[in-house]
Amino acid sequence: MNVMIIDPKDNVAVAVEPVKKGEALEARGGLLGVTAREDITIYHKIAIRSIAKGEPVVKYGEHIGLAKADIEPGSHVHTHNVADHREAL
Amino acid sequence: MVFQGYRRPDGRIGVRNKVLILPVSACASDTARIVASRVEGTVTFNNQNGCSQVGADQQFTMDVMAGFAANPNVYGSVVISLGCENCQMDMVVDAIRKRTNKPLVQFIIQECGGTLKTVELAVQAAEKMVEEASKVKKETFPLSELIVGTECGGSDPTSGLAANPLIGEMSDRLAAAGATSILSETTEFIGAEHILARRGVTPEVSAQIYDIVHRYEKALQLVGEEVRAGNPSPGNKAGGLTTLEEKSLGCIHKGGHSPVNAVYDYAKQVEPHKGLVIMDTPGNDPSSVAGMAAGGCQVVVFSTGRGTPTGNPIVPVIKITGNKLTYANMKDNIDIDASPVLYGPQTLEDMGDVLMEELMEVCSGKLTKAEALGYTEMAIARVCNYV
Repeated sequence: MNVMIIDPKDNVAVAVEPVKKGEALEARGGLLGVTAREDITIYHKIAIRSIAKGEPVVKYGEHIGLAKADIEPGSHVHTHNVADHREAL
Repeated sequence: MVFQGYRRPDGRIGVRNKVLILPVSACASDTARIVASRVEGTVTFNNQNGCSQVGADQQFTMDVMAGFAANPNVYGSVVISLGCENCQMDMVVDAIRKRTNKPLVQFIIQECGGTLKTVELAVQAAEKMVEEASKVKKETFPLSELIVGTECGGSDPTSGLAANPLIGEMSDRLAAAGATSILSETTEFIGAEHILARRGVTPEVSAQIYDIVHRYEKALQLVGEEVRAGNPSPGNKAGGLTTLEEKSLGCIHKGGHSPVNAVYDYAKQVEPHKGLVIMDTPGNDPSSVAGMAAGGCQVVVFSTGRGTPTGNPIVPVIKITGNKLTYANMKDNIDIDASPVLYGPQTLEDMGDVLMEELMEVCSGKLTKAEALGYTEMAIARVCNYV
């Protein structure tokens, strides 16, 4: 096990161990069928589904920002590809 | 689930049986310390305030003093003032009496004739009160009698992944059982207030959630601070947090998934059997814990990533961490290792059982690590600086 999925709605997982490029992602329930496309620092996020540019990035079952670019499964998800977005207040 | 607690004459149920030596101001704090040091079974704290405050600030201090005296973990209070402070003894006693009819005696240093005479009288009164307190028999009470405060401090990435979700699991179970769980630390809702506000049971509660966040932001803007700018901090980002929404979601996870039934101002009396509620407190741990203790919570569950020793004079603080290295490193400060939430074999639900059992044991008298080490640090929220 090297990642954690916090909520079933999430399109990102969180690395709970350092993940190396090419490693298969495995959560508590088993392999996710996704391979890391790059090295991921522990506690950083990794896409588990395709996230198209402009789509919400979902963690804790909630929107934490919008994809600034198309994000492939297995990619690092952080400030380089996620924009802060304040929702209707 | 049940615990062994103490029934108070005002109908509330305590999980400790302390006599509070309550200093009304900074000028009475050392006298209170001397008195408390001479009588086993008493507790006190260093009150930095009580005088020279602007109105709204003084109100925080008054509410914390009244709330501490009324907290059901307290059998009764020996109130000590200097005499000339802004928080006059009769005001403090009135404020306490509005919340509770429990035993109370008062001493004014300037009227008693100095420290030594006050100490003598207050020690005698405290000794008598401790003796009376010791005669209260424990009884069995259901979980629904609990008001539990939740807090996070010294957070790291494991807080939002393991310890806070575990506290959220507890919070949901408390709400389902008809108890009260308090979500605190308004500064840490910022960025996720719209998500919390969706969970308000009425439009009024949702509006109150926005109000306390915006009020906090405005107060900080008055002194030139912008919370949203530069947040998440570079350290947060290095740890993997991308947006403020994400950071705040990790914090508000302590409130689980239940609807928010009420919002209380700092240190105001919280109602039992209310499910999930919010109290407007600072992110600063000792002052947030103090606000909830003043609100009447009997116990606080506190998540930490880096490890912290925080305790409280009248309320046991149960410390949990999701960071297995921190647990190994600071076992003398931390009660529960929540790292199985991340690494197994136990699930979040299994660990919820562990936390609930620990909660019942602590509420029945088991000492927390912070209690065993004698931690009683204490702060009262401020609205502005001294005048």
